[in-house]
Amino acid sequence: MEEMIKLKINGMPVEVKKGTKILQAAQMLHIDIPHLCYHPDQRVKARCRICSVEVIGKKRLLAACATECWDGMEVFTDTKVVRDTQRGILQLIMADHEENCLTCPRNGNCVLQQLCSRFNVLRPNLTHVSEAIPVKTTNPSLVHDPEKCVKCGRCIRVCKDVQGIEAIGFAGRSTGLKVTTPYGEEFNKTDCVLCGQCTVVCPVGALVEKDDTNRVLEAVFNPHKVVIVQTAPSVRVALGDAFGLPDGSIVTKKMVSALRMIGFDKVFDTNYGADLTITEEAEELIDRLKNNKKMPMTTSCCPAWVNFMEKHYPDEIAHLSSTKSPMSIFSAVAKTQYAKQENIAPENIFSVAIMPCIAKKYEAKRPELGRGGIADTDAVITTRGLIKLIKYIGIDFCNLPESEFDNPMGESTGAGAIFGATGGVMEAALRTAYEWMTGGKPMPTLEYLPVRGFDGIKEAQVEIAGHTLKIAVVHTLKNAAFIMDKIRSGQCEYDFIEVMACPGGCVGGGGQPVTTTFAVTKKRMKALYMIDRNSKLRKSHENPYLKKLYAEFLEKPGSEKAHQLLHTHYHAREKEFDFSK
Amino acid sequence: MQNISYLTENFGKYDVFSIDSYINIGGFQSLRKAVTMDGDDIATILSDAKIKGRGGAEYPMGRKWSQARAVKRPHHCVVCNADEGETCTFKDRELITNDSFNLIEAMIIAGWAVNAEDGYIYMRAEYSHLRPRILNAIKQAEDRGFLGKNILGTNWNYKIHLYSGAGAYVCGEGTALIRSIEGKAGRPRMKPPFMKQSGLFTRPTCINNVESLSLVPHLLRDSTPYLQVGTKESTGTKLVSVGGNVNKPGVYEIAFGTTVREIIYGLAGGIQGNRKIRLIQFGGASGKISDARILDIPYSYEAFAANNLIIGSGSVLVIDERTSVIDFLRYTQDFFLHESCGQCTPCREGNRHIRIFLEKIKNGTYTDEDIQTMKTFAKVMPMSSLCGLGETAQNALKSAFNIFPEVFASRKQTEAVG
Ligand SMILES: Cc1cc2nc3c(=O)[nH]c(=O)nc-3n(C[C@H](O)[C@H](O)[C@H](O)COP(=O)(O)O)c2cc1C
Ligand code: SF4
Repeated sequence: MEEMIKLKINGMPVEVKKGTKILQAAQMLHIDIPHLCYHPDQRVKARCRICSVEVIGKKRLLAACATECWDGMEVFTDTKVVRDTQRGILQLIMADHEENCLTCPRNGNCVLQQLCSRFNVLRPNLTHVSEAIPVKTTNPSLVHDPEKCVKCGRCIRVCKDVQGIEAIGFAGRSTGLKVTTPYGEEFNKTDCVLCGQCTVVCPVGALVEKDDTNRVLEAVFNPHKVVIVQTAPSVRVALGDAFGLPDGSIVTKKMVSALRMIGFDKVFDTNYGADLTITEEAEELIDRLKNNKKMPMTTSCCPAWVNFMEKHYPDEIAHLSSTKSPMSIFSAVAKTQYAKQENIAPENIFSVAIMPCIAKKYEAKRPELGRGGIADTDAVITTRGLIKLIKYIGIDFCNLPESEFDNPMGESTGAGAIFGATGGVMEAALRTAYEWMTGGKPMPTLEYLPVRGFDGIKEAQVEIAGHTLKIAVVHTLKNAAFIMDKIRSGQCEYDFIEVMACPGGCVGGGGQPVTTTFAVTKKRMKALYMIDRNSKLRKSHENPYLKKLYAEFLEKPGSEKAHQLLHTHYHAREKEFDFSK
Repeated sequence: MQNISYLTENFGKYDVFSIDSYINIGGFQSLRKAVTMDGDDIATILSDAKIKGRGGAEYPMGRKWSQARAVKRPHHCVVCNADEGETCTFKDRELITNDSFNLIEAMIIAGWAVNAEDGYIYMRAEYSHLRPRILNAIKQAEDRGFLGKNILGTNWNYKIHLYSGAGAYVCGEGTALIRSIEGKAGRPRMKPPFMKQSGLFTRPTCINNVESLSLVPHLLRDSTPYLQVGTKESTGTKLVSVGGNVNKPGVYEIAFGTTVREIIYGLAGGIQGNRKIRLIQFGGASGKISDARILDIPYSYEAFAANNLIIGSGSVLVIDERTSVIDFLRYTQDFFLHESCGQCTPCREGNRHIRIFLEKIKNGTYTDEDIQTMKTFAKVMPMSSLCGLGETAQNALKSAFNIFPEVFASRKQTEAVG
């Protein structure tokens, strides 16, 4: 039996488990103690101090996020001294905050804005002290505007504790304290892999993605462009959150309607690209196994993971599957086969990808992922960007009619859908590889549970046609580094490893709504598995348009033509500043 | 006025570079005695002497040691806080300079008492010139078997390590200090976990000030002279660092109960040029201030508390009439504005706004609302800051509100007066 503790908050009794903090105890009474640096998925930092509350018997206020309840504790969250303190801290933060809310990317979903509104801060009573600091923008994904920073440290925590990268940290002291890259270098020169997790946890507009929505609208309004859009699997299970639907709602068909209303000429599905990726990757795996090529093979669909390999394990990039990611495979087909079939000049196609990710913005700009100097993917916008577009159009999202993806690249299988969850690529690949290696026998159970779930590293052995395939599924780069160190030192027995940089996979991606937490991510994972279960086709290689593509154009998976169009290569990227030495 | 030298008894009596000369005056006798005793009994001696930590926080030392002993996790360590960052505080320097071996002996006794495996001395960067004498004392103690393996045949192993800071005041705060030793940025962290549970390198840690520790060998040798002096609540003696506009600044050992007047006018020789006292700050930059009204109160924990003052680190900073109250407050505020680690909002931002308000007062450009806002933030900071720095940074200002209300008078009134 767990030890229970009785306390009172604002005179109301509540019973909590031993170890519960005041903040959570108050939540049980539906009291929301203001907080800023606190994040449910992170270690307590207790540095913003805005959750200070009064506890009887204590001379000073205590931080509700950090203080464990004790038996007989009496907490007050609503006294004058608490209000003066919380409001005072807010005023202190505001005085050092660039006030341009109207043109801020986080306008409308900024935690600081919400707190100011809650505390009815009408007029500044302190001298405005914020100083203009240069904004970092020289990479395609991430914008850092230090003048908006509230020094909560959430970004630093996620970068260090979840990703193990430590591309940003605190420097300086007193009013000179700042969140910065080492020596203030631009992100591309640091260890940063552009996963964007910092943009999800940032409570304000200090770390945000680079906006591409306005560029996309320009293209939509351009009469000479055929603007096609693809949507990643995990966008459809995250988008609804922003419109008040329960976390993890499946809103595929409303999303398709919304995209049409925004003005996209064709609404396609990245899941189609995912089916192609799987087919090629399964073939590549079999080829590597048969011909004793570089093992283990790792997936390469996650762009932050690819960046991570190029920057942090440049000597090991041969492990990465050469198959392009679903987004890039889709765009490659769109600008070649699809363009030909529809009789559109490829340069007149504007290919937009809606991704749960900001590293995809970088991937889209890779020169090797285009032809004739033109990128295959012209613009990437995040789930957050799509939310903005929907709000701009002014549609009542929840009451939209439902509609279907366009053909042919709107066709996909359940295997493509689960790509968005950690373990999903592995499961999808197994469904295809198993069948091919056994000469057509389907997996005994289509739903392969050992690779599902939120564990950081999952391992399994699959018996296929007398061969024991050793597999591992990894999410977060901290875990990935652990596996890569094993590979580098030769202590690794795996054949095939799936890696996704973000916690939970793309459903917890760096481009997802800022309300994303581990708990929300888990609900989105469930939703993806639900989509799979409800799909008529659940194996990538059964996708009809994919079959047609191979039959009419690419011959067969792994063919030379397929390699030309659907595969890529990687570059070892020297770190310009290597602090590990 | 009685002259007392209990803690400073050894000063000048031996060669601080020679362990033999220390042993000749009775050095390490206390350690020999300590290793025959139970740690709890040693802690009791400290409790009986009512020793409050001399670093500033005034925590009962005996209680700290018995709590440290009670922690059942392995690999205890002892930390000696020689950061001595408080302004006008330089007593630890005198102890290290004149009685290095006594500090080492104290550290070993502390280690024995709390079952530690390692002792760490964290000394401020400005005292780097004292490193050789500490390292020498450690080396000679090791050579004689007072440190190292199987100390005095007890089967107990203990080492002492010396670390230097890099000049940040906040690194005197316990959690920042241990982070600094660990090689991390010297910023305090939230508690819990408490140091006694998880401190340096996550080991159970007992941290004490140089002066607190230095008392221990003396008390073990003979506590009677100590117990005989002082007041009801404040037993024994204390080192005071007297500075500012006095004729004879320096470190003086006094019996608790000596009046402030005796300290300033007796020991420190009075005010330069026989000027008037504007204000006195006790306990360093984080201490409170008063004016000449308190000259005749006894220097004791209880009398100070009754007069809204704190003993803290034991410094007595005397400011004469040439410096205005507002200038003094501005300088003090500059100190905290420079020394805040910056990680928590109230301290990082509060210090700079208080500084701005003080400037407005100095220039006569403030409004009544400014005074109100300043008073609010002088309360918000101590109420909600993460560590003791932000908690105490406005002590001087807050006491000035009471002692020197005219400085913050309504401008309408001051203008009316002329
Ligand atoms: C900002 C700050 C600075 C401090 N600086 C010192 C210092 O320089 N020396 C010291 O002994 N204690 C200092 N302290 C107090 C220590 O945190 C701690 O209480 C002390 O070392 C414990 O030893 P004691 O109980 O023997 O005094 C400081 C505290 C704070 C909050
Ligand atoms: S109170 Fe000041 S010194 Fe202490 S943690 Fe906060 S900012 Fe740092």
